[in-house]
Amino acid sequence: MSQDTTAYSADAVEPDTPAPGDERPENRIDRRKTVVLTVLGIAIVAVMWYVATSTDGPMARVFSGVLREAISPQTAAVAIAVVGLNIHFGFTGLLNIGQAGFMLLGAYGFAIALNEGAGLPLAVLVGLGASVAFALLLGVPTLKLRGDYLAIVTISAAEIVRYTGRLSQLTEYTGGSQGLPGSRYRGEFTDLSFFGDGRTTIGPWSYQNTGVDGWWARAVSWAVVLLVVIVVALLVRSPWGRLLRGIREDEDAIRSLGKNVYAVKMQALIIGGGLGALGGMLYVLPSSVQADQMGRQLTFFIWTALLLGGAATIFGPVLGAIIFFSVRILIRGVTNAYVPDSILNTQQTEQFSWVVVGVILMLLVIFRPQGILGNKRELQFNA
Amino acid sequence: MDHRWRTSRHGVGWVLLLGLLAPLLLFLGSAPASAGEVPADTECTRSETTACLQARLPTGVEVPGIAITVTTPSGEEVTQVTDEAGITVFAVTEEGQYSVLLDTESFPEGVELRPDAATEITPTLAPGGQSFVTFNVRADDYTGAISWWDSLAQSAASGLRLGLLLALAAVGLSLIYGTTGLSSFSHAEQVTLGGMVAFMMVNWWGIPFLLAAVLTVAFCAFTGYFQDRVMWQPLRRRGLGLIQMLIVTIGLSLAMQYAFQVLVGAGNVRVISASPQTASFGPVTLTYQSFWAMGISVVVLSVVGFALLRTRLGRATRAVSDNPALAAASGIDVDRVIRLVWIIATGLAGLSGIMLALVLNGVKWDSGMQILLLLFAAVTLGGLGTAFGALVGAIVIGLVVELTPIFGLPGDLKYATALLILILLLMVRPQGILGKAERVG
Amino acid sequence: MPEKTSASAATPDTTANPYADPAARKELVRGIEARPGSSKPDPILEVDNIVRNFGGITAVDVDHLEVQRNIITALIGPNGAGKTTFFNLITGFDKPTSAQTLTHRPEAPAHWSFDGKALDNTSASAVSRAGMVRTFQLTKALNRMTVMDNMMLGARGQTGENLLTSWLKPTWRAQEREIEGKAHELLQRFTLYEKRHDYAGSLSGGQRKLLEMARALMTDPQMIMLDEPMAGVNPALTQSLLGHIQGLRDEGVTVLFVEHDMHMVRHISDWVVVMAEGRIVAEGEADVVMADKAVIDAYLGAHHDTDLGDDSLLTDETMANLQDEAAAEEKHRD
Repeated sequence: MSQDTTAYSADAVEPDTPAPGDERPENRIDRRKTVVLTVLGIAIVAVMWYVATSTDGPMARVFSGVLREAISPQTAAVAIAVVGLNIHFGFTGLLNIGQAGFMLLGAYGFAIALNEGAGLPLAVLVGLGASVAFALLLGVPTLKLRGDYLAIVTISAAEIVRYTGRLSQLTEYTGGSQGLPGSRYRGEFTDLSFFGDGRTTIGPWSYQNTGVDGWWARAVSWAVVLLVVIVVALLVRSPWGRLLRGIREDEDAIRSLGKNVYAVKMQALIIGGGLGALGGMLYVLPSSVQADQMGRQLTFFIWTALLLGGAATIFGPVLGAIIFFSVRILIRGVTNAYVPDSILNTQQTEQFSWVVVGVILMLLVIFRPQGILGNKRELQFNA
Repeated sequence: MDHRWRTSRHGVGWVLLLGLLAPLLLFLGSAPASAGEVPADTECTRSETTACLQARLPTGVEVPGIAITVTTPSGEEVTQVTDEAGITVFAVTEEGQYSVLLDTESFPEGVELRPDAATEITPTLAPGGQSFVTFNVRADDYTGAISWWDSLAQSAASGLRLGLLLALAAVGLSLIYGTTGLSSFSHAEQVTLGGMVAFMMVNWWGIPFLLAAVLTVAFCAFTGYFQDRVMWQPLRRRGLGLIQMLIVTIGLSLAMQYAFQVLVGAGNVRVISASPQTASFGPVTLTYQSFWAMGISVVVLSVVGFALLRTRLGRATRAVSDNPALAAASGIDVDRVIRLVWIIATGLAGLSGIMLALVLNGVKWDSGMQILLLLFAAVTLGGLGTAFGALVGAIVIGLVVELTPIFGLPGDLKYATALLILILLLMVRPQGILGKAERVG
Repeated sequence: MPEKTSASAATPDTTANPYADPAARKELVRGIEARPGSSKPDPILEVDNIVRNFGGITAVDVDHLEVQRNIITALIGPNGAGKTTFFNLITGFDKPTSAQTLTHRPEAPAHWSFDGKALDNTSASAVSRAGMVRTFQLTKALNRMTVMDNMMLGARGQTGENLLTSWLKPTWRAQEREIEGKAHELLQRFTLYEKRHDYAGSLSGGQRKLLEMARALMTDPQMIMLDEPMAGVNPALTQSLLGHIQGLRDEGVTVLFVEHDMHMVRHISDWVVVMAEGRIVAEGEADVVMADKAVIDAYLGAHHDTDLGDDSLLTDETMANLQDEAAAEEKHRD
């Protein structure tokens, strides 16, 4: 017989007094893991830093490339989109396979508004507004149905945004397949910089203070990442976040408790998509709006980064994005340096690195679904 | 009971395999005849000394008699006019940059250049290579040569063709979904794989096309067997969730797309480089290959449909789709059924890929991805997991896609129309055309 | 009679229910006619013309049913009688075919109301908000969340669940404390307090049933609908569950529960409704219903070996013994 047999004489076994907020046992394990991971991370960065700055050879170039990629504004931009996808998939269980579509739409809205003479704040709102409309369009018909439908509709809609952006009839606004050059809309953003002119070098990182793709873009991008992480942490640790996880586990149970599941899923879709759009805006600031740069591949990278870092965690998405881009540069750099061109030329190395990404995504899901930071017990998929 | 079922299963497997391959053998017998009829002026065979330069008008604007002039790097000028398909092919021998000039004076009534389009395109070519040049011409009011009804008929025929070829892949996707619950995003790459393998066999290893096609289908079917053997079945046994499996298929899709790029490159490749010969029935003009492809598709789909309805194995498959637990309890070997479904689904996808590569002028690393939406739309439209629904859905989607430009929408948006229809359908009848109503909301 | 319940945390006022007294209940049910669809003195739930077809097969076809307030009503019937489908229909998890008034029997559209409020075409969550909360036959504990998180999700009207205020902790901190307190009390009552930080997936099947019931009680329901609460639960825990159900009744919660095993039902239900092949074939007190020829036919049709009369398992003596055993084991464990 089990412990359940206390029957309805429960008052005989007086439990301890309720202690709200007492520590859960797994928190201690998490803390130890955090310390180990932090030390390990610092050690890896330190070694790469040393090799990149103090030695001379192929690995010095590879490592400084990796370290540059790690803090690039585009890594930050993708990290924000990954945080958005984490709200979709990690917390709510929504299968959005078109996050790049949200990014592209945000980027278009932002850049076109700036080109049409809107100010920076208005342009950001236009970009976010476009993503909200997109989320509503995709969510209204699908969020009451099985998860697969959202997947099918998002992956397709993202492609259609891309096709539409490339339409020659829209060249006046979107630049067609040529895209919109960053120089046309970037002005107001770089004007805001108080970093001044000149160039600053820290270890392997040497950039102009303001410039097109300099310290200013990096500082702003990572500041936005920090802000987004804080806001998302507040959101998902609230009762609203608990509701999201409940929906992820079993929608019907949550419905039976009287919650409006559809509305909450819609809120999650809009917020995650909005973060995607925000990421898209930051993504195009140092470069240009190119429809083909924000296609399916980018969506897949975002997924891989999320699963790598750990779904349903706070810092996992950011860590995942940094590691994802760094490791890809590492794979490409090492393959370039050590595999002769007769086997894989430079272009093929690039493609090969993406094949590896696909395989990593598969292996991650199969063998380490909780990612680096994820709680194995929470995200054991079939607990 | 169980034993009897097992013995007859082999028989049915062979019937299905023969059903898949027989039409190709038919194709084998008739191919040389049509090849001999290709007129000399549209023929270009690439060799060590010859490159092919195809100049054409966009799909949907098949206007004959438009003059196109090619200037070779050494300054030599050649002028040809477009054929009934709006295409002309130049056989050239020099290496360097060519100039292809469109003669707007030769436009008939109602044909005009799009506002932003160029009249001169300058591709670079070397012997052994090929280049495709498309002039962005529109013929909204091109009533002089083709009436609206005629172009409607033409587009409907193209739509039916696309629908039938999509159906081959969609039925497989639907069978996989029905028996395992998995929405396989890598199914589109299985379609690309068919075109790619056929390309490699024909152009790299010099295998005759028809033999190559048979081998390709067999190879693709083997990839299905292999995948289920080493990946899907173990994952099912481990109890990996469907969403996680879906993400695995996304990873596989990504890996396959880039593997195609590593192997074949990022450009469009053609399985058969000779320009196809066309045939006309009333207002409808299609290549012979298209007619053959449609015929093969109809035959194969009929065989699959017959097998599903009438054979013991087909009934077992449908039983597994309805309720795997019950099917297992009544003595059906669910794992074997699923294994066979994977083999057939990937085989059909491969066949679809070969034929799509033939009728749509080649295959590219992301060709499959382009039709993924169409496949899912077809499967969803028909009702997720019902094979016959997938067939109906595919034909509807094929028609919608090809008829979109006829009704005045930009041709680039024809896929968007498919999505729009999908979204509207999900709002009114989420279970699809033939799907059973299940709990929603 | 084991009427005693543990700390009745959610609704401490045990006098809320006039029918907490067995004699009053007896009096009440004596006054109700024992025939299908009979009217009740104070119905909390009224159902008319609920039909559900699945591809030509009629799973449910209920003309009329009333459920009396403040007592325990059991909905019984053999497997496949349509009990769970009926539950799904009236709780908004499925739509009656008869709700499609354009195509199906327009002269008798589906209509059902709870506590005077019409529930036709209402979503599952709205049904729950109206005060009618259900559990599921296959327990829907949220496995990858802790027991406490499961409980907290049950509470109604949480400021923190509103997106606009959720990120401002001060707006919901006090309410959260309050809900935690309530959850702790309910967990103690359902003997799950020790497990509050465990993942719900790590609980035993019976504990998950308890958790699901406790979570439903977090919503302060007027009526609780339990779908086979005893299925797959070990005998001793069954006693505990039965006790909890009676305790709820005595606090004024109306209980409707589905069961296909008559033994379980007989002991605690005040009123029994029998379904067979989608229809309601009998209603009445347990003893009356079990003697009903239609009921015996329905059951014998499904289970040839069902012995409707034998409930020796559930005599007071047996139950007392089981309790003693349980207590002894518990003591031994400590």
